Amino acid sequence: MSPIFLFLAFVALLSALGVVFAKNPVHSVLFLILTFFALSGHYLLLNAQFLAAVNIIVYAGAIMVLFLFVIMFLNLNVDTEPHKPALAKIAAAVAGGSLLLILVAALKDIAPTGAPQDATFDSQIGMVDRLGLVLYQDYLLPFELASVLFLVAMVGAVMLGKREAGERNF
Amino acid sequence: MIELPALGWQSIVIFVVFALSLLIATYCTYAERVIAAFLQDRVGPDRAGPFGLLQPLADAVKMFTKEEFFPGGANKALFIFGPCLAMITALMSSAVIPFGNNLSFGNNAFFLQGIEVNVGMLWVFGVVSLGVYGVMIGGWASNNKFSLLGAIRAASQNISYELAMGMSLIAVLMISETLSLRTITLQQSVAGEWHFWNIVKQPLGFIIFCVCAFAETNRTPFDLPECETELVGGYHTEYSSMKLGLYLFAEYINIFVASAVMSVLYFGGFNFPFQYELRSWLVENHDWTLAAAQNLITVLGTVGLFLKIFAFIFFFMWVRWTLPRFRYDQLMRLGWTILIPLAVVNILITGGLILLGVIK
Repeated sequence: MSPIFLFLAFVALLSALGVVFAKNPVHSVLFLILTFFALSGHYLLLNAQFLAAVNIIVYAGAIMVLFLFVIMFLNLNVDTEPHKPALAKIAAAVAGGSLLLILVAALKDIAPTGAPQDATFDSQIGMVDRLGLVLYQDYLLPFELASVLFLVAMVGAVMLGKREAGERNF
Repeated sequence: MIELPALGWQSIVIFVVFALSLLIATYCTYAERVIAAFLQDRVGPDRAGPFGLLQPLADAVKMFTKEEFFPGGANKALFIFGPCLAMITALMSSAVIPFGNNLSFGNNAFFLQGIEVNVGMLWVFGVVSLGVYGVMIGGWASNNKFSLLGAIRAASQNISYELAMGMSLIAVLMISETLSLRTITLQQSVAGEWHFWNIVKQPLGFIIFCVCAFAETNRTPFDLPECETELVGGYHTEYSSMKLGLYLFAEYINIFVASAVMSVLYFGGFNFPFQYELRSWLVENHDWTLAAAQNLITVLGTVGLFLKIFAFIFFFMWVRWTLPRFRYDQLMRLGWTILIPLAVVNILITGGLILLGVIK
């Protein structure tokens, strides 16, 4: 394991813990952004440059900006946080715990193989054109279905945001 | 001949680009005032040094010696982190821009580019989309409602205009079929062929990109996040001293990078007209070696790229002192109902023209 991997894993785990334990929601979001950066670093180590760049553009650049936007608008803080019932806390702990159990059970026997160092190693595997070919030839249907899903979500958002008859706010 | 390892050369390039970004940003503050004075028929800064050329130095001294002010109730760590982040993201994007073709000394060829990656365009786009964090975090951490409003305006404005910007880039990608900025530049000029820069193939795309670049760099007519008439100073209301300086500096570096990206994507980058004719003329009529002629072309190309960049920076300033600011709902309407549909239409037209074989 290279020192870069260890460093990135350290940053990813530490900032992921920060997301959960931070008292202030804005700090939580910032830790989550740091986590995404660490993950992008991992993608780069795996020679997936496109995935690394898109991860930053989509998650760190767009989705987290919206998260931060909403949190700033709502001005969430410790004083205004509603008290959650004990049942919800227990349910969350059980659900999270069982997810952890499943992940550990599924991954415990996997041995890291590392990158093949012989002539079969294909350095172009994570590049844009290769990814595009796979996406549009082998996985065309799932890809298109996912885009339909996005379209549905967009139509839903437009419906929610539509001005109702006679309503004018500015 | 001194043998430089590739990494050593690269770090020199990166250092020079870094220093040039800062120098250009410094003199942008001077150029802004001179151009403003010119457009408004005033004299402008002329006290500090010859032609007021030392004005940026005086400003820097002023910025550094002013009081560091922390507003009450501010989140101190994030209040400091905001301007740092703005500066970091502004400086990061110039890493992949090809500032020149290769220089060759003997058997060594050096590229005048920080790093050549095959996702260069996505890198620029990603770093630009991160640029808003500095503004948002700074505005929120100030614990001031004007700052917060400025931050929220910046966030929604950047997200809205990123979409149209990304879609205008897709049309360029459809022509170039690569994400590498160096390859895109080289494609815009082919030896011995009548070849056009991308602006000829993508006039509509360029206009969309240019408008979005103005919005992404928070320049007038889209400088709503720092709109003085409504928000005092916008996101940097509470900032003083060099922290304010970093925000203003980051804006000028962003302008520099946006100008560089526009020059590379649409105006041929380091190519200039008749470069290959000049090279063969030098080789045939003046007994230059091909390598020496190519080096001269590279240096001239870099000078040409910087001239293009300066022309764009002038354009940014010209627009600032000519157009009034948009109203916020007008800004949103322009972004969502005009620019994004236009960008989609541009993609369709480009695709059709590529299918018909008109452009390639």
